[in-house]
Amino acid sequence: MTTTTLSPVQPPKPAPTRAQPRPFGLVRHSLALARRSLIKTIRTPEQLLDVTLQPIIFVVLFVFLLGGAIAGDTHQYLQFLLPAILVQTVVFASVATGVSLNTDLKKGVFDRFRSLPIGRSAPLIGSVLGDLIRYVVATLSLAICGLVLGFDLVNGIVPALAAVVMTIGFAFCLSWAFVLLGMVLREPGAVQGVAFLTMFPLTFGTGMMAPVDTLPGWLQSWVHVNPVAHAMEAARGLMIGGPVAGHVVWVAAWGVGLMAVFAPLAVRAYRRRT
Amino acid sequence: MTAAGSTLGGMEYAFEARGLVKRYGKTTALAGLDLSAPQGTVLGVLGPNGAGKTTAVRILATLLRPDEGRAFVGGLDVVKDAAKVRRLIGLTGQYASVDEDLTGLQNLVLIGQLLDLRKSEAIARATELLGEFGLADAATRQAKTYSGGMRRRLDLAASLVGRPDVIYLDEPTTGLDPSKRDDVWNIVRGLVKDGVTVLLTTQYLEEADALADEITVVDHGRSIAHGTPAQLKQIVGGQTILARPADPARLAETEAILTGVSGRPAESPSRGVVTVPVDGDAQFTEAVARLAQAGVSVTELSLRLPSLDEVFFTLTGQRATDEEAA
Repeated sequence: MTTTTLSPVQPPKPAPTRAQPRPFGLVRHSLALARRSLIKTIRTPEQLLDVTLQPIIFVVLFVFLLGGAIAGDTHQYLQFLLPAILVQTVVFASVATGVSLNTDLKKGVFDRFRSLPIGRSAPLIGSVLGDLIRYVVATLSLAICGLVLGFDLVNGIVPALAAVVMTIGFAFCLSWAFVLLGMVLREPGAVQGVAFLTMFPLTFGTGMMAPVDTLPGWLQSWVHVNPVAHAMEAARGLMIGGPVAGHVVWVAAWGVGLMAVFAPLAVRAYRRRT
Repeated sequence: MTAAGSTLGGMEYAFEARGLVKRYGKTTALAGLDLSAPQGTVLGVLGPNGAGKTTAVRILATLLRPDEGRAFVGGLDVVKDAAKVRRLIGLTGQYASVDEDLTGLQNLVLIGQLLDLRKSEAIARATELLGEFGLADAATRQAKTYSGGMRRRLDLAASLVGRPDVIYLDEPTTGLDPSKRDDVWNIVRGLVKDGVTVLLTTQYLEEADALADEITVVDHGRSIAHGTPAQLKQIVGGQTILARPADPARLAETEAILTGVSGRPAESPSRGVVTVPVDGDAQFTEAVARLAQAGVSVTELSLRLPSLDEVFFTLTGQRATDEEAA
C-alpha cells in the first residue's frame, strides 16, 4: 500500500458566477417541479385515461343499473348520484401521485434532485401540485358526462364550482397519505393495492349510492365520521340543494388534519429513503 | 492517508473522506475508506463492481449518510452542512439521470431553476451548455429520443449547470462505445482545465490512466493502493507488448526479438501470440523497428496496460471478483 500524497498546486480559479440563493426557494422550486410533472403528463396523455373514463363508467353503470331500483327513475338518481361521483372520482385520482412518485424515485433523476440545494419537500410538493391536472380532467370528464345525460344544476354554476374547489382541495390534502405510502412501500403495485384498500371504505362507505338513513346503524356511524361522505353531502348541497356548511367544516377539518399528519411523515420518509 | 487528523476538513483538498464506513444489514459496503483530491485535479477511483465506489460517491454527494467516518467538500461537512455542500457539487450517476419525457432544454432549464437561476438565466445557461456538448440541434427533442452517448452528454451538462467546484462522475463511460467514450474524456479534461475537481469512478485502468492525476484502488470497501498512475504502474508492472506474427512459424523468432527489446523474457500466453512486459512506449517503437528489420509481418501488435484484473491480482493476489453491486 502506498501512501503518496502529491501536491499538484494549481492557481486558484476565478470566483465562479454561481447563482445566489433567492427568497421563496421552496415555492419556486416546488412550482418548477410541478411544471416538470405537468409536462410529463402532457407528453404521455394516456396517464389521464383512468381519470377520463372512470367517472363516465361509474355514472353510466350506477345510473342505469341501480337508478330504477333505488330512486324509481334514472334522472332522479342521476341528480342524487352525480355530485357524489364527482367526489369519488377526484378522491380516487389522488392515489396516482403516490404510485408515480414510487416509480420516479427509482430513477436517477431523483438522485439528482437530492443532490441539489433545494428543500427536501420540494420534489414531493411539485408532484402533488402537478397532479392537480388529474383532478381537473376528472371533473371535466364528469361534467361532460352529466351534461349529456341531462344533469340539472339546480343551484347554478357558481355553487357547483365551489363544490369542485372543495373536492379538489380535499383530494390534495388526502394525496399526502398516498405520497407517504409511495415513500414507504417498495413497489408501485403495492402502493396502488394498499391505497385502493383504503379507498373502498372511504368512497363506498358513504351515502353515495343510497340515502344514509337506509343503512344499518354501524355503517351510519362510519358514514358520520367519514370525511369523504361529508364531502359528498356538501357537494350535493351545493349542486342540488341541501345542508352545506356543517359538512364543509368536517371536510376542511379532516383535510387540514390529514395533511398536517401525512405531509411531514412523507417528507421524513423521503429523506430517509436512499 | 498520511496527514489524516490535522487536515481533516481543511481547504487544501477539494474533497476529503476519512474512514468511511457504510453497512447495509450484514453487507459492509465501505470498510473505512479514505479518499481525497487537491483542487483542480482528477481522482480516479478504480475498483470492480461491488467495491463500494458508488456508495462512496453517494456519501460525498450528500445522498447517503456514512455509519462512521467523515467527509468534507470545500471544507464543509457533507452531513452537517449538506445544504451548503449541494451548492458546490455536480453529480452524474452511473445511469443517465435525465428526465426522458422532457426535452434536453427543459431538463437543463429545470436544473437551473432549482439552482436559483432566474428563468432567463437558466435558459441562457442551458443553451450555452447544449451548444458546448453538441446537443444544440437536439435541444427541443425529448431526451427519450437521444442516443446513449447524447444522454450521457446531457447528463454531464445537467451536472454542470450550477458551475460546481467538484464533480462526481460515477462510471461515466460504462456502456459507451469507444468514440463516445473519447467525447466524455475530452469533456472531463476541459473541466479540469477550468479548475474543477473531478472524482471519477471506473472499472477501467485505461480510463483512470488517461484522466486521473491520482488513483485510489478500492476493493471490498477500502483503499488498497493510492498513487499517481505512474506509481501504480510501477507496482503492478508497466505496459505489455502483444504481437501476433502473420506466419505462426516465426513465433520463436518474434519471441527472441521482443526479449531483446525488453530485456525480460517474452512468453506465449496463448497460441500464436507473444507478450513481453516493457517500461514505456520507446521500447514499443523499437520493437516495431526490429520486427520490420527482420521482415516479420504481424496481424496484431499492441501496447497495452495491465487490465484491472491484473492490477488486482498483483495488489491482492486474487482475481477481482464480480459479485454484488454497491
